[in-house]
Amino acid sequence: MKIHEYQAKKLLLDYGIPAPRGEVAATPEEARRIAGELAGQVVVKAQIHAGGRGKGGGVKPAAAPDEAETAARSILGMQLVTHQTGPEGKRVRKVLVEEASAIRKELYLSVVVDRSRGRECVVFMASEAGGMDIEQVAASAPEKIVKCAVHPAVGFSPFQARKLSVSLGLDAGQSRQFAEIVRNLYRLFLEKDCSLVEINPLAITEPGQLLALDTKINFDDDGLHRHPEIRELRDPDEEDPLEVAAKNAAVNYIKLDGNVGCMVNGAGLAMTTMDLIKIAGGEPANFLDVGGGASVEQIEKVFRILTSDPNVKCILVNIFGGILRCDRVSAGLIQAAGKIDMKLPMVVRLQGTNVEEGRRMLQESGLRFTVADGLYEAAQKAVSLIGS
Amino acid sequence: MTILLNEKSRVVVQGITGSEGSFHTRESVKMETNVVAGVTPGKGGTDLDGIPVYNRVSDAVEREGANVSGIYTPAAFAPDAIFEAIEAGIGLVVCMTEGLPVAEMIKVKQALKGSGTRMIGPNCPGITTPGVGKVGFMPNFIHRIGNVGVVSRSGTLTYEMIWQLTGLGIGQSTSVGIGGDPIVGSGFIDILELFEKDPQTEAIVMIGEIGGTAEEEAAEFIQTQVAKPVVSFIAGRTAPPGRRMGHAGAIISGGKGTAEEKIKALERAGVFVEKNPAEIGRRVQEILKRIAA
Repeated sequence: MKIHEYQAKKLLLDYGIPAPRGEVAATPEEARRIAGELAGQVVVKAQIHAGGRGKGGGVKPAAAPDEAETAARSILGMQLVTHQTGPEGKRVRKVLVEEASAIRKELYLSVVVDRSRGRECVVFMASEAGGMDIEQVAASAPEKIVKCAVHPAVGFSPFQARKLSVSLGLDAGQSRQFAEIVRNLYRLFLEKDCSLVEINPLAITEPGQLLALDTKINFDDDGLHRHPEIRELRDPDEEDPLEVAAKNAAVNYIKLDGNVGCMVNGAGLAMTTMDLIKIAGGEPANFLDVGGGASVEQIEKVFRILTSDPNVKCILVNIFGGILRCDRVSAGLIQAAGKIDMKLPMVVRLQGTNVEEGRRMLQESGLRFTVADGLYEAAQKAVSLIGS
Repeated sequence: MTILLNEKSRVVVQGITGSEGSFHTRESVKMETNVVAGVTPGKGGTDLDGIPVYNRVSDAVEREGANVSGIYTPAAFAPDAIFEAIEAGIGLVVCMTEGLPVAEMIKVKQALKGSGTRMIGPNCPGITTPGVGKVGFMPNFIHRIGNVGVVSRSGTLTYEMIWQLTGLGIGQSTSVGIGGDPIVGSGFIDILELFEKDPQTEAIVMIGEIGGTAEEEAAEFIQTQVAKPVVSFIAGRTAPPGRRMGHAGAIISGGKGTAEEKIKALERAGVFVEKNPAEIGRRVQEILKRIAA
């Protein structure tokens, strides 16, 4: 799960990590008021769940409240395109108005999980190449990134901070601040079940203070059940509406660009079905895993989601029934297709318990079902039915 | 000989009285799995179809000689169930539950180190050994006794592959679902090592997907430590970057973990990577014919 910069900064402050003073605004007038309260140079920053906002024109300085209002007016409502948003960009609904700081140097600091076999643990990464795309740094100058693994049984130990701060060239005062930041970051990471905390840049200001100038925090979706306060930070406006609908129907759905919609049981099989569509010369419109159950209600919701995507010209259903009986799946498909008056062609490939009965039911339903036997055959049929 | 499960396996099901636990216990008993006990705190003294239910895993170990555990406990309680099984001295823990926080699995890996317990999962369909039984929920009908070892990160995709093999008359020695999470109890390498030593296994099918570096690490291991032929399929060549594709571990992160990278690494190590998932069974058939000749 992702959150906005302004929410992430509040979390940092809650954990004793220094960040600029600021507040979120949804209107130009609010931006003006906040700028007045901050009294001085401010920065108005678009709040979307993507990086590269500065380059995309979503970050503007303002020397006075009326300038902040003007800046907010130009940013709010814009369709901000960055290298992380895709060409359609994201609509900006909020801005963060925060005090500007004179910066001497920009550093990079992040916390992630290393999932490598035998080394599973939390890892700190730091670099003097702050303010840049860390993936580019990793590709072009990996020696500029220093890592420090935290042994799970030991937890944070001060040497971890020293290992990083020496390589960052920090002076004694800055090292002390840095040690505090790193210790608190580790606590935040574990206590809130984060999957990523990135402070880029971690700035050294003119007076020599460390400050988290921009930050991104992602959360482990599987940890959310124990953090209602984090769940509250979710912003459905940042999510694709079809994906939100899918979440509400308890299915895993990811919208893509193609024209063959899929409904599959199982994540690996769903990815494979997408791959097969591509091999057969088509383009998958989505990833969709219905999981272990496929009730009529769920299938109906899935059909509605798939048909709401105007790109979808054909639907491929691929179900391997173990506990899920094929005749039950077919009953659900027939009922759901009838209810929503399905107009698109559907290729259904079933395997498993009661498969013959399941196939027969579809063939005799009078609806636009094409039954397929093999995996590849199903994908080929789906692709051939586009435009029919 | 088989890997992991054998005639000496005595299974305790943790979460046996829940809807998942009870259903899958019954299915596994149909496959003649030796389920000797169940554990559901508070339900000790009851039974499921004559299988005694205890409050503690240690009771199942002491009273019924349980040495394998299948865990169906909900995600919020599963880590605790795993720690309990380790403490009770269970040699093989198979956790089917999906949704364990990564932070908990980091702790579980620490608890497993030096413990004598091997863990499979979480978020997996478990282990099926045709002729012996299953701990997990792979459908019974797909399996056939034979000499191909199957190891996979997936659920239903694994069933597809096993079903293809069975349809061609090719049986399996053991099928292991290692699970779809980023941190797992046993990875590909751990299972490949077992298959390599298992006299019943003549060839191995390895099913991977995007995310992490388990396949790349396995490729390196295969190059020097696995002489038996390995056929592989990697799901997710069309997956977009940065998105979690159902499985918590199936995510291309920072450009790393793509299907193409994994396929390249495996091919370099001499693994037969099949690009068309509908052809895996036939590929294995060709290879088995070759080694028989």
